[in-house]
Amino acid sequence: MANLTTKIGNLTLKNPVITASGTFGYGEEYLDFLDINQLGGICVKGTTLHRREGNPYPRMAETPSGMLNAVGLQNKGVDYFINTIYPRLKAFETAFIVNVSGSTLEDYIETAEKINSLSFIPAIELNISCPNVKQGGMAFGVDKDMAAEVVKEVRKVYDKPLIVKLSPNVTDIVSIARAVEHEGADAVSLINTLLGMAIDAETQKPLLSTITGGLSGPCVKPIALRMVWQVAHAVKIPVVGMGGISNARDAIEFFLAGATAIEVGTANFIDPAISLQVIQGIDDYLQRHNCESITDIIGALKTA
Amino acid sequence: MKKFIGDFVVSENIPLKNNHFLLKLTQAEPLPLMLPGQFVQLKIDDTSSAFLRRTFSINYVDRIKNEIWLLIQVVGDGTRSLSKYKIGDSLNLIYPLGNSFSMPTVTQSRLLLVGGGVGVAPLLFLGAILAEKGYLPSFLIGARNVDGLIELEKFQQFGDVYVTTEDGSAGEIGFVTNHSILKNAFDKIYTCGPTPMMQAIAQFADNKSIDCEVSLENKMACGIGACLCCVTQTHQGNQCVCTDGPVFKTNELVWQI
Repeated sequence: MANLTTKIGNLTLKNPVITASGTFGYGEEYLDFLDINQLGGICVKGTTLHRREGNPYPRMAETPSGMLNAVGLQNKGVDYFINTIYPRLKAFETAFIVNVSGSTLEDYIETAEKINSLSFIPAIELNISCPNVKQGGMAFGVDKDMAAEVVKEVRKVYDKPLIVKLSPNVTDIVSIARAVEHEGADAVSLINTLLGMAIDAETQKPLLSTITGGLSGPCVKPIALRMVWQVAHAVKIPVVGMGGISNARDAIEFFLAGATAIEVGTANFIDPAISLQVIQGIDDYLQRHNCESITDIIGALKTA
Repeated sequence: MKKFIGDFVVSENIPLKNNHFLLKLTQAEPLPLMLPGQFVQLKIDDTSSAFLRRTFSINYVDRIKNEIWLLIQVVGDGTRSLSKYKIGDSLNLIYPLGNSFSMPTVTQSRLLLVGGGVGVAPLLFLGAILAEKGYLPSFLIGARNVDGLIELEKFQQFGDVYVTTEDGSAGEIGFVTNHSILKNAFDKIYTCGPTPMMQAIAQFADNKSIDCEVSLENKMACGIGACLCCVTQTHQGNQCVCTDGPVFKTNELVWQI
């Protein structure tokens, strides 16, 4: 077996495969299908300071090779997570990364501060694609200065690895990546979902209650790969790549483009044990290419 | 209940009228316990437009033949592709999912099962289990016209069957809520079908203070409580139809009627 361990800041993962936030619950939902202890990590459901009911139904629309969602960060709030879910997670041997979301700068800070005290949570993934209610609902992550500010403030209260999840709904993702790196992010993860829309031509109505929603699945992979490649060349911190990864070959492409780890998202809905197959497939690939370690292929794209 | 993922083989695929078909699936392993109201998530590999799994309620479980039956209506590319599956073809299922209809209490014996369109699917399995337990359920089945009445002869094995059609081509004319059988007294009502029909039945049950359960068919991605796409509003907040349901007591739901 090749060496699959990878590092994000000072967080060491046993392998580079993480399940993406919002697609894997808290891991417990998947116990009938796979041994979650074999995963490199689990990004748990987006967590906010207060309980959120999320958006009205319908929240999902299938699209060619993908899906749109408008779940709206339904969750029971960080205190519920800490008191009810967190104690159960200690029974497992994988890296539980909490995806932190917020509507205001203060929300992010307070939530991150609470997570900082949890010894069994080795890292945060900061979801900056949320609308800033104090800035007319513009997402934090689409503006370089807002993105920088939220990272700067969270950095002050959070002393473990801070992974900032970038929005692809921007003109220049590289400038955002550089801005959050400058403010002390330990890593960036990308891409979050792409803003999209679906219409029922017969009823002449939108298919989502919110009209627009986040596109994910294999259809976004080429865009994700391009953005990972661009960002990996522009920053020194590790890049966690995601966007439509459905098998080991997809994952390998992200490593070649410069990702240090990858996240499997929408594919979990179709094949609940797919992430373990991805891990196995990465190992097979490394052996077939006579690589001793996953690090041998990170950024190894041959462009000449 | 433990959930499984595994490959099944098509043992029969029977075309029915009005673009419906009955897909019977089997596997070598004995099927685990499955309850009426539960559903499966079925993967269709051979069409690019069916990206997610397809959700089907369990129409019947034939324990002797070790078969799961799925009653399916062709509505899009995924179901069209499925309709062409042949004996011996393989399909991957996640099963059994969701909760189930609850059995009647000791004081409930007059049971009414109300179905509309392809929504009758889970009521056959429910009727079979109720009959097995010694009840004689009444089935009230509605459709637009006679062609939309599916599996009537199968329901007749387990209880009395009453029919309405909107055009009067079979049974009484009108909607299920217009049927004269509703003048009889019932202790419990189970329903599955188009949302307006279920809402009307829920309203009827509520007016008469009859215990009523519905099986919802919200669109799902995962089917196992992870994606939170299929929620319905309840008095306890949003709940997942896939794991908290698909069966709900109607008085738990916040329904706009």
